[in-house]
Amino acid sequence: MCASITRSGFLAFAGLLVILGNAVADESHSLDTIERGKYLATAADCTACHTRSGGKLFAGGVNLQTPFGALVGANITPDPAAGIGDWTDDEFVSALRDGRGRRGKRLYPAMPYPAYTKMTREDALAIRAYLRSIEPAPDRLESNQLPFPFNIRSAMAVWNMINFQPGQEAADPSKSGQWNRGHYLVDAIGHCGACHTPKNVMGADRRSSYLQGGLLQGWYAPNITGETRRGIGAWSIEELVAYLKTGANAYTVASGGMGEEVVHASSHMTEADLDAVAVYLLSVKPAVRQSPLPLDATDPRMMAGQALYKDICSPCHTDAGTGAARLFPRLARSPAVHADDPTTLIRTVLYGSRGAATDGAPTGPRMPSFFWRLGDAQVAAVITYIRNAWGNAASPVSTNQVREIKSEPSAG
Amino acid sequence: MATKLPAKDVVIIGLGWTGAILAHELANEGLDIVAIERGPWRDTATSFNIGYAADELRYGVRYDLCQKTAQGTLTFRNSDRETALPIRQWGSFQPGNGVGGAGVHWGGQTWRFLPSDFCIRSHLSERYGARFIPEELSIQDWGVTYDNLEPYYDRFEYLAGISGKAGNIKGVIQAGGNPFEGPRKREYPLPPMQMTLAPTLFGEAARSIGYHPFPSPSANLSTDYTNPLGVRMGQCTYCGFCVRFGCANYSKATPQTTILPVLMRKSNFEVRTESEVLRINLDRSGKHATGVTYIDESGNKREQPAELVLVCAFAFNNVHLMLLSGIGRSYDPKTRQGTVGRNYAYQTYSSVQLYFDDKNFNPFISAGALGQSADDFNGDNFDHAGLNFVGGAGITCQPTNGRPLANLPVPPGTPRWGARWKEQVKKNYLRSFGFVSQGSSHSAYANCLDLDPTYTDRIGRPLLRMTFDFPENDVRMSNYITGKMEPIAKAMNPRQYVVNRVATPYSVIPDQSTHNTGGAIMGTDPTLSAVNKYLQSWDVPNVFVIGASAFPQNPGYNPTGTVGALAYWAADALSSKYLKSPGPLVPA
Repeated sequence: MCASITRSGFLAFAGLLVILGNAVADESHSLDTIERGKYLATAADCTACHTRSGGKLFAGGVNLQTPFGALVGANITPDPAAGIGDWTDDEFVSALRDGRGRRGKRLYPAMPYPAYTKMTREDALAIRAYLRSIEPAPDRLESNQLPFPFNIRSAMAVWNMINFQPGQEAADPSKSGQWNRGHYLVDAIGHCGACHTPKNVMGADRRSSYLQGGLLQGWYAPNITGETRRGIGAWSIEELVAYLKTGANAYTVASGGMGEEVVHASSHMTEADLDAVAVYLLSVKPAVRQSPLPLDATDPRMMAGQALYKDICSPCHTDAGTGAARLFPRLARSPAVHADDPTTLIRTVLYGSRGAATDGAPTGPRMPSFFWRLGDAQVAAVITYIRNAWGNAASPVSTNQVREIKSEPSAG
Repeated sequence: MATKLPAKDVVIIGLGWTGAILAHELANEGLDIVAIERGPWRDTATSFNIGYAADELRYGVRYDLCQKTAQGTLTFRNSDRETALPIRQWGSFQPGNGVGGAGVHWGGQTWRFLPSDFCIRSHLSERYGARFIPEELSIQDWGVTYDNLEPYYDRFEYLAGISGKAGNIKGVIQAGGNPFEGPRKREYPLPPMQMTLAPTLFGEAARSIGYHPFPSPSANLSTDYTNPLGVRMGQCTYCGFCVRFGCANYSKATPQTTILPVLMRKSNFEVRTESEVLRINLDRSGKHATGVTYIDESGNKREQPAELVLVCAFAFNNVHLMLLSGIGRSYDPKTRQGTVGRNYAYQTYSSVQLYFDDKNFNPFISAGALGQSADDFNGDNFDHAGLNFVGGAGITCQPTNGRPLANLPVPPGTPRWGARWKEQVKKNYLRSFGFVSQGSSHSAYANCLDLDPTYTDRIGRPLLRMTFDFPENDVRMSNYITGKMEPIAKAMNPRQYVVNRVATPYSVIPDQSTHNTGGAIMGTDPTLSAVNKYLQSWDVPNVFVIGASAFPQNPGYNPTGTVGALAYWAADALSSKYLKSPGPLVPA
């Protein structure tokens, strides 16, 4: 028994030597810098696009569905041919912050250089140092699988001219250091807006709707501003930190894309950084819009929805829509439930979703699927009901909206 | 020829309650562990969709969560004068299959045994004289005491989030709890479940005639709970689909809802499902296990070497593996020699069904362990002097379900089908309930497990053979207790009540209490027990056999609480003693 324990211990030690060996090769990169780069690369969730499920770390290959066609995450391991091993630091920083790869090759903004442009050169180089320390992978990939005319990279020059604001943002001296750190983490590192800020027809951020909810890859990423009704303004800093750290809090459980983000990125961030993120997000207060009026409880859709809800949903989410903390999401006054766009809600009822499982909240509860059990009109009715019960107020969902989502190729 | 796989520190056979607990505890010690599980992977998220988790035909009637008899069964006979025949349909007991084992489809009744249960022979001898114990009984002390196990009971109850009311905290009797229970160090983690009408009336009636009813300890959660491992569970919805079913609401404590979410995250643990262990391999000396041989999910034979083998399958499957592997000597009831297969026991069961005209019990609002119990006639809680038996029974009212296929009570004399049957179903469905006595099953020299000489499984291995009938002592006991149930029934003033006494001879067909024990029992004497008090094989010290197979006899309670406590007890012995100095923990 001791023999095999020693063996696994030896392997771990050998692995460390590899890291150290690579680090020592370039003396400008201390272990501290590599560690910091790893932390930043984790917080930025680079693996989401650059590591395939079950694939080698940062060997690329993740398919990204954009409104314009498919892109594939690049190999960013130190392999000199397939990866970015022989890039200079300047080339790397330019790709990250300006969207210009080697020899000026233009990147698509699926690589979030419009966010990373705000990153300090020091942090960009720390990420570079970390990426240089990992195992090279020889997997050759063609990132650009867009159809004509979107596959013409030089077109991005025009895109950048209209949409890209290069350069770091100066710290706001009127705000605390914590707020400024949060702002930096949200915008420059976490690129939260990539999902949570709605996009214009060119796929660029609609800055006037910053963090107010966006649609991508068939999911609606909800409003994460400090607005009380549509955003997460009702959450305390502690609850928001718990959500980012563990995937679960008193209100809800992260699932779908956000579940992946928590598992791969925010659960690995320090409490201090998450505090800063929370302070910043809750300070973002867009102009309050007038709330819609809830549908009348006697509306036939509401009555049908309520009957279904009581029969099927209430065992977990409760009659009052309060759910169970850190297990079954609260529906009453939930920004995700009465968001303008019901896409995520419809998808979740149809196909279910698995909650994030982390060390801090290992349960990983699942919302079951109902597509096999409920007709389109029933799905529409039950969602219409939960969007307009218990103080919620939002547009009703039509049978056609349910049908449309069911007909999407990525359905299920 | 089996393909030899890289060695592991520990191989665990079966990933149910005991396998999961042992795996988690030993993974925390840094050991490299593989669990080999005969059945499929199951977890709440992927296996128990709320829309079909309550499919009564699939789970309740066809036993979808149970061992498939075509894959493995056992033969049965009442005595050695008969030829045993294979069981092809479960009934009297329901071994689990797949990850979570029988811990997936259990009801959730989570008891501690009485302090006197653990030293039954010495206790009875001291109180009534050794000659008071009937000669037919092979009952013996466990080698552990209630006080030894108390911290481990506590750990299991807090892992599982048991709902209940303590009756004895550190020797101080608590109002509303079971005054007969052994002292516990603290209250249950959760308050009792809300009572429905039937157990409420039962409790009032039992109290009115001087008994001491209390809420049954339940693994159906009375409220939301986060266990000490950080796993979150939800409040029970009282849907009544617990026994034979998986819980879709994260409300019944199972390995899935309490421990697997944490265990599966550990990089030094893996489970191989759809993989059946054929035998535990021994070295030439026969005193050291080298690992196991199993058939993987593709039908390939594999050898998994390991330093430590933990046998954590269902009670009688543990015994089967011991016999197939040649660990210990097979018990022979004629000579009373041998240890493996010895002291198989079951449980002794009777019931009273009541029919009312003026009550509505809404039987579909229920849970596997929701109800009240009275322990006045359990174990040795009452004076047996002048009586012609030892042992006792818990009297419990736990209407577990109002399911439409299983639970349509009609009074005797009703036809089995047709208009008259429908009329009686309609008349009685809401207006009837039952309560039961779940009695001790004393091990007897004649009752045992061994390898069947005739029948083999699909791989060609001899099936396990069960030889069992109720000892005369237990029939006398059960009839006495049943007599104590009638006054409770009368006090509720029903239109009619029907007494169902223990039916002899024992049959494997009807569902009774479902609890199988013994066969690889723990004890202090290597000639009378298969494992020592740490559940370590006397014969092969790097094999531990964990589960109800270790009970030397079966008290009048459901076994899972004690199975969980023994798992933690054994895990602690492994961590604190065995790993420091591998070898026999008790000199043979």
